[in-house]
Amino acid sequence: MSTTTRTRVKGGIGESVTRPDGVPKVQGDFAYASDLQAEGMLWGATRRSPHPFARITAIDIAPALAIAGVFAVLTHDDVPGRPTVGQIKPDRPVLAGGEVRYWGQPIAITAAEDAETARRAAAAIVIEYELLEPLTDLVKAQEQGEVFRHVRSLRGEPDSHGEIVVEGYYEMGTQDQAALGTEAGIAFPDGEGGVDLFAPSQWIHEDHGQIVASLGLRDEQVRVHPAGVGGAFGSREDLSLQVHLCLLALYTGRPVRMVYDRQESFAGHVHRHAARMWYRHEADSQGNLIRVEAKLLLDGGAYTETSPAVIANAVYFSIGPYRCPNVVIDGYAVRTNNPPSGAMRGFGAVQTCFAYEAQMDRLAAEIGIDPLELRLRNALGPGDQLPTSGQVITEPLPTVEVINVLRALPAPDLDVIDDPLHLPGGTGLTTTREGVVRGVGYAVGLKNLAFAEAFDDYAEARVVLTPQGVEVHTAAIEVGQGMVTVLQQIARSVLGTEHVVVLFDDTSRIGSAGSTSASRQTQMAGGAVFAAASAVRRAALQRVGGDDMDAQGVRRGGSLVATVEDLCAAGPVEETVRFRHPDTEEPDENGQGNLHVDFSVAAHRAVVDVDPELGLVRVVSIDAAQEVGTVLNPQSVVGQIEGGTMQGLGLAIMEELIFDKGIVRNANFTDYLLPTFLDAPPIASIVIEEPGNWGPFGAKGFSELPAISSGPAVMAAIRAATNQPLTRMPVRPEDIALSDS
Amino acid sequence: MNIERPSGLEEGLEALAASPEATLLAGGTDLMVEINYHARRPEHVIALRRVKELKEWDGRRLGAGVTFRRIEQGPIRALAQLARTVGSPQIRAAGTIGGNLGTASPAGDSHPFLAACDAHIELQSRRGTRTLRWDEFLVGVKRTSRQDDELITAVVLPEALPRRQEFAKVGVRSAMVIATVSACVMVDDEGQARVALGAVGPTVLRARRAEEMINSESEKSDAALAEFARLVSEEVKPITDHRSTEEYRRHAAGVLSRRLFERCLRT
Repeated sequence: MSTTTRTRVKGGIGESVTRPDGVPKVQGDFAYASDLQAEGMLWGATRRSPHPFARITAIDIAPALAIAGVFAVLTHDDVPGRPTVGQIKPDRPVLAGGEVRYWGQPIAITAAEDAETARRAAAAIVIEYELLEPLTDLVKAQEQGEVFRHVRSLRGEPDSHGEIVVEGYYEMGTQDQAALGTEAGIAFPDGEGGVDLFAPSQWIHEDHGQIVASLGLRDEQVRVHPAGVGGAFGSREDLSLQVHLCLLALYTGRPVRMVYDRQESFAGHVHRHAARMWYRHEADSQGNLIRVEAKLLLDGGAYTETSPAVIANAVYFSIGPYRCPNVVIDGYAVRTNNPPSGAMRGFGAVQTCFAYEAQMDRLAAEIGIDPLELRLRNALGPGDQLPTSGQVITEPLPTVEVINVLRALPAPDLDVIDDPLHLPGGTGLTTTREGVVRGVGYAVGLKNLAFAEAFDDYAEARVVLTPQGVEVHTAAIEVGQGMVTVLQQIARSVLGTEHVVVLFDDTSRIGSAGSTSASRQTQMAGGAVFAAASAVRRAALQRVGGDDMDAQGVRRGGSLVATVEDLCAAGPVEETVRFRHPDTEEPDENGQGNLHVDFSVAAHRAVVDVDPELGLVRVVSIDAAQEVGTVLNPQSVVGQIEGGTMQGLGLAIMEELIFDKGIVRNANFTDYLLPTFLDAPPIASIVIEEPGNWGPFGAKGFSELPAISSGPAVMAAIRAATNQPLTRMPVRPEDIALSDS
Repeated sequence: MNIERPSGLEEGLEALAASPEATLLAGGTDLMVEINYHARRPEHVIALRRVKELKEWDGRRLGAGVTFRRIEQGPIRALAQLARTVGSPQIRAAGTIGGNLGTASPAGDSHPFLAACDAHIELQSRRGTRTLRWDEFLVGVKRTSRQDDELITAVVLPEALPRRQEFAKVGVRSAMVIATVSACVMVDDEGQARVALGAVGPTVLRARRAEEMINSESEKSDAALAEFARLVSEEVKPITDHRSTEEYRRHAAGVLSRRLFERCLRT
């Protein structure tokens, strides 16, 4: 489809079009979900468990109901439909009844005339617990069979061996998506037993299905509307307050609003899986990989969420963009009493990239060749088989090019900077240039695009040509990534007119666009808009026998045969398309098959200065090279690469949610540290444009990739600077300063 | 919630005398966080931003209402250095040195400087004025000797403030970070060093044994400096928490003290 008509038009594809939502967001005029209000609304609040694991022996709501201004206090007994939610396996209670399995788990909800009263009511509920010993050790959890999913990849001859062997054990802490917008929303009872919900989401139709089930209503009684999303990164794939708001609105007959504060937000959404990983790489003396064996444990936390899909990704992308004929990988997503884990940018491929890239560096050192040379010798490309699933790569996959492009970049300036603000320790003035060592490191990452393993993955879009212009209708979500902009650009380029508006419909007005995740919406929602706009174009040309169209109307042989108004005299031209990507397969018992529809590859080069005595790190520069398909909006592409790169940098040196026997110790932005501007180095984003086979105009998804290899590149650079193994990410000052080696 | 906003010191002292249980607001960079997280719900707040006397900075008498923004731009080297490490520009514009003392966090950014120079804290009430030395004022984790009817009105610096003074703070991020360890070292004209460390005990502390040791060495040899750092690491009383470990804090306290001492010697 990449060869279909593309009309030159202002604001079409290939331009860095200004985002329609950009100026309102910067000026504070944009309505985020937390800004939504209604006449006569009540405020909701949530009572959460302070314990990671306990039996609930009694709940007394009477003290809460006795507070003036309280309109509802609901518990698990008040959930009329399915008592649990979850995308893959609904096992997380809407409200906990018999037991709580994680710190911060919701037990009761309240509605009151103001936020303070609702909160006080929630606090007034008397709950008695019998404390149980939380299970938080991943190894123990696996031994005890607490496993959400075990994925095995077995390929080639498991007993074959290489001459050179490197073994390593790696750990990763828990990263949080840390979206600036906390969970928030408002629900309106429709007066006929149904409800309208406005809450941030990444997939309103999936939310709709789960909400309907728990409310015990019919599909048409619940309408889920998109609401202004202040960032997502995977955190909004699983439900938080959606069912709660609907329950309170239906119970009280009034609109109910909830806004989580920052601390509650950390308890209210899933996090990235912490990991423990054991690897054994075997190669011949030239460095050609012969065999990789690995065991992966990911901490799924208390409930299933998306862990079964995350562990699959971890396994399939456990070796990276490298060929290897013999593979034995076992991955387990285990159940613990830590807060639930779920989706976050990179989705399982981040954890393993850290491990396999460290292994590749060790292997290069063992053989005595340049680490990039080792990667080039094994680089996966079109025609090769993915080492884990055996799938033959048919799409462009320029692993060699991303490495070579970075290698060709000018060597970073060897002068260590003098300005103390740009040395390790920054404003803390801990470090002077004499105390600094510099290191350079590389990492390469691989991930699939869109959904896999035979999932019926589709996106619907409707395009309507009217005398006023073109309407694009979609349920894809603008999470801040530029969805509204790119859909508008695609429709413009197909229909030859600048006058395009993108309308985000609720679940009753349009079919699912699928999830706004898995780097998939530019290809999927974009593909649906491309197809629907192309169908509108064909229908319009056919109506009046034209051969081209633009903003004025339809033309034949260059002259106008019908204005848009003439054309629409018989009614608007409207087409709805459900777009699917090429099929994928279920894995066989050894994890083999054509499981994925598409792949992307990226690489980073990081340069760091380290103060080894204090263990402080400053990233001096980090450069990215990535394959992105056809670039539809250059500024958006660079923005995603820079943002993802910083998310990976944060993971390498500071971002970690700290659990102490299941209790989160740093659920705030004082102690969950995100990089500041002073921590952000210059980033060169080098884009390799290779048109893909099935996305609109050859576009491909890519937005997760920058978050995969940037952290491992920073880790590699710190290892190069310090000569220490540093097998844990994020690296902490004491890991460097107090290392034994 | 009842909020009073006195515009002068007399008015403020009167309000506090009338409601000694009131919570004092002096910048709000700690208090508002606690209120937003529902950790505190004060019934009565006295907001001090309009009290003009507290904003006066006259030589060595530093009004409690002076913001970190002003301190950052001020003439006192180590004080300006530490002020730059406080939060973001917005927080430095709001946060005051009096508030930093009132909160009495073990990681209070201004405390190592005040301990190193033996500053005094001036407290006023309707009953009168008293001044306490820093270690008489800071008595425990988030505990001070302030009486309920007293306002922290000023920090009084010693007459002879050593010219050679350096501050540093270890945090995982380049800016906007709570101290893992902080330190201030001063060396006076007689070459006598004072070493104060923050975030390594219930309150800021002076490493007296290390001071004595290094001050008695005529030659500041590498061996002497190493022993000095070792003594600092031994004297501090850090804990392990979610920000760091006891072992690392001991280590970093020694490293920072030695580095700052060497910087003082070089200037």
